[in-house]
Amino acid sequence: MIAKMINNFLDTDIGYSFKKSKIAISSTVVFLIIVFASLLAGIVAPYNPFDPASISLMDAFTPPIWVEGSNINFILGTDQQGRDMLSTMIYGSRISLTVGFASIIFAMILGVSLGVTSGYLGGRYEIVVMRFTDVQLTIPSILMALLVDGIARGFISKSLHNDMAIYVLILAIGISEWPQFARVTRAATLVEKNKEYILASKIIGLSNLVIMFKHILPNILRPVLVIATIGLSQAIITESTLSFLGVGFPPTNPSLGTLIRFGNNFLFSGEWWITFFPAIFLVVLALSINLLGDWMRDALNPKLKSR
Amino acid sequence: MSFLDIKDLDIEYQTRKETIEAGKNVSFSLERGEIIGIVGESGSGKSTVANAIINLIDKPGKITNGSIKLDGIEFCNNENIVQSVRGKKIGFIFQDPQTSLNPLFKIKDQLIETIQTHLKLNHNDAEKKSIDLLREVGIENPEKRINEYPHQFSGGMRQRVVIALAISCEPDLIIADEPTTALDVSIQFKILKLLKQLTIKRNLGVIIITHDMGVIAETTDRVVVMRLGKIVEQGKTTEILSNPQSIECKSLVMSVPPTNKKIDRFKLLNPEGKQVTNSSINLTNSIIKNWGVREINNKKLLDFINVTKIFDDNAIISTKKSENKIKALDRVSFQIFEGESFGLVGESGSGKSTIAKIVSSLISPTSGEVYFENVSLHDPKNKLIKNKFRGQIQMIFQDPYSSLNPRFKVKNIIAEPIKFFQKNIGSDLINKNVNDLIDIVGMSRQSLERYPHEFSGGQRQRISIARALATRPRLLICDEPTSALDVSIQAQVLNLLKDLQDQLNLTILFISHDLPVIRQMCDRTTVLKNGIVCETAETENIFNKPKHPYTKELLNLMPKIESVV
Repeated sequence: MIAKMINNFLDTDIGYSFKKSKIAISSTVVFLIIVFASLLAGIVAPYNPFDPASISLMDAFTPPIWVEGSNINFILGTDQQGRDMLSTMIYGSRISLTVGFASIIFAMILGVSLGVTSGYLGGRYEIVVMRFTDVQLTIPSILMALLVDGIARGFISKSLHNDMAIYVLILAIGISEWPQFARVTRAATLVEKNKEYILASKIIGLSNLVIMFKHILPNILRPVLVIATIGLSQAIITESTLSFLGVGFPPTNPSLGTLIRFGNNFLFSGEWWITFFPAIFLVVLALSINLLGDWMRDALNPKLKSR
Repeated sequence: MSFLDIKDLDIEYQTRKETIEAGKNVSFSLERGEIIGIVGESGSGKSTVANAIINLIDKPGKITNGSIKLDGIEFCNNENIVQSVRGKKIGFIFQDPQTSLNPLFKIKDQLIETIQTHLKLNHNDAEKKSIDLLREVGIENPEKRINEYPHQFSGGMRQRVVIALAISCEPDLIIADEPTTALDVSIQFKILKLLKQLTIKRNLGVIIITHDMGVIAETTDRVVVMRLGKIVEQGKTTEILSNPQSIECKSLVMSVPPTNKKIDRFKLLNPEGKQVTNSSINLTNSIIKNWGVREINNKKLLDFINVTKIFDDNAIISTKKSENKIKALDRVSFQIFEGESFGLVGESGSGKSTIAKIVSSLISPTSGEVYFENVSLHDPKNKLIKNKFRGQIQMIFQDPYSSLNPRFKVKNIIAEPIKFFQKNIGSDLINKNVNDLIDIVGMSRQSLERYPHEFSGGQRQRISIARALATRPRLLICDEPTSALDVSIQAQVLNLLKDLQDQLNLTILFISHDLPVIRQMCDRTTVLKNGIVCETAETENIFNKPKHPYTKELLNLMPKIESVV
């Protein structure tokens, strides 16, 4: 079944361009490995870093295996609490990916619905929505996320805050990403709404809601898919930045950014691996998503097809 | 030895799945002072051959065999030689004057640049020559206009500039790829006249590529008829048009709507050369059973009274005075009676499509009234009325490529209006209706499970018609329904529309810029110019005894295939 679907996909024009692009294939493979590893973290990771029983402070600051003084049990070494770096990274990427996907879906729903409605309905509603996105775009996403986080801290008690961190981050990143979606979908809707099949639907008498979401939306999903992919890596990076700044995930539940922040303290005392491996991991993850997004943008753009 | 000699040219496009032969054994020749026409339907390879001459075939296409000789010099696959003559010995005129000039440069710069690339002239001489060229192609006041940008010229004037560019380096051969397709009839006439004059005056060889048999008849000395990459017939234009030999050519000539008489149905040939009769008539019986018989009583169906439409740019503060606003329609009135087909004809900008949009309630008129069955369609106090008549007025659009939602299966495209108007309908009945509809537009039921992109333009137009019929409309608006189609497909679609009208007692509002088509389709016709009605009369009277000077001019200028027969 799945093999048949993959075969069908590879037979289409897009699938063909995928097969021919080494970059697309390798970045998909890397991305899928990371996604599956993080989904199956409990099985794949050698240790559970959140299980206090498996952690021994005696093992703290063990270097990776190719450095002198290493321990064969910890391939990439351990951090200051004796947690296995590889395991914490796998668990950390799970958090990063969850936040990335969730916030992008949130941004996509918000941005696409505002973009389609404002593009289709026009008038004052469009002016208001588009000025909102303009204002939103003037605020750097990190600043926006800090703002949301700050407000959330004011409302949520400190004890709850650590548990709520994931929702606050999804909301914060989602809010800073939606204008991209709104602008792109509005532009695509403006093109689509003057096409004759939309006029035909209007003449039949279909309601605006049906026309917008049943007829227009499926036809503008390609650009949305492209910015969603590039936005995903953006969201992961934003999350890491926030965690690095200390407003993201707490040390008890570290994401990649939190790991980098810890490691940063030990960078100059010789324990470079604590920050180095999470940083490399983040770069590889973001790069694979970006390269995939780049390929997708070219492959889904009919104007660039001949290249 | 001829001036241009093309022999056994094979052109192939290698795609992932198959190799497409865009040209096969193409051979023809051209003398100086002669205009040759290449005619064929879309996909016949006529543009490919023209591009092959100047080695501009897009990848993955390539010339695999044959020779192209200009004055005895071999061109084929020799980029160095072609580069040196392209623009200099061979001028090219493209279809769309809107995009073939660079909008960022003045006309002067574009002309001088081209001239200086090929001729050794200094800037002043080149400018002088440019002015002369513009005068030669009939642009008034060239000294002043040469300093303008392309957007300051109208479509016809821009095409003249393109011609000036093409002849600027004194080429011996001009290739014109659909040079007048994007232009109105009156401008088309002038451009073709200009091309003919230049051919004689400068002793040029000219290749005109077109799908329009009228243009071929009026302009060319000899004609090459192509189909699916092969030449099916070539010879003197008069002979080919009056006495075609091959089946393909016969069917092409037969499908052209005659300008001098009204015929009942177009005759169609099947690939074996036998005449085919349309079979859609019997099929409509089942749908009539479903819908019930509708009687015609020749009463007034649509009344369009003094309608004016002004397009406002929707600025919050309007700086324009009301006199300066563009009136798309200016006090237009006409009536359509039940069961007739009513034609609207006019050039671009005459307001034809605006009328279609007002009748279909897509936009509201600025002033005036539209009555459907004596009920006002645009009564602001009574919005429900509009919805009541939604199903009764339906429309077929011009562009078959954008009028169907590409993400819907054909089945769902046709079923959607049925579901919308009959909320409680069962899925059996929907399927039955959809099957009936696809039958009467003459397509197979297998096509219901496919997506629009799998169909050709004519088939898509049939699907559009099925969708429009799904609500069982009384008034069907056809906005240029065949102008994007090949003539033989046009003939089929027009036949289908006539059959449907007879069987289903439809009233048709038929909008076209194409006078021969109007003559074949319409009982009564209104001629529009710049949003003003010139005259309304029986179609035969309009063609035989035009009253308004504009109508006379249009009739005079339209290319007539009969002119050579």
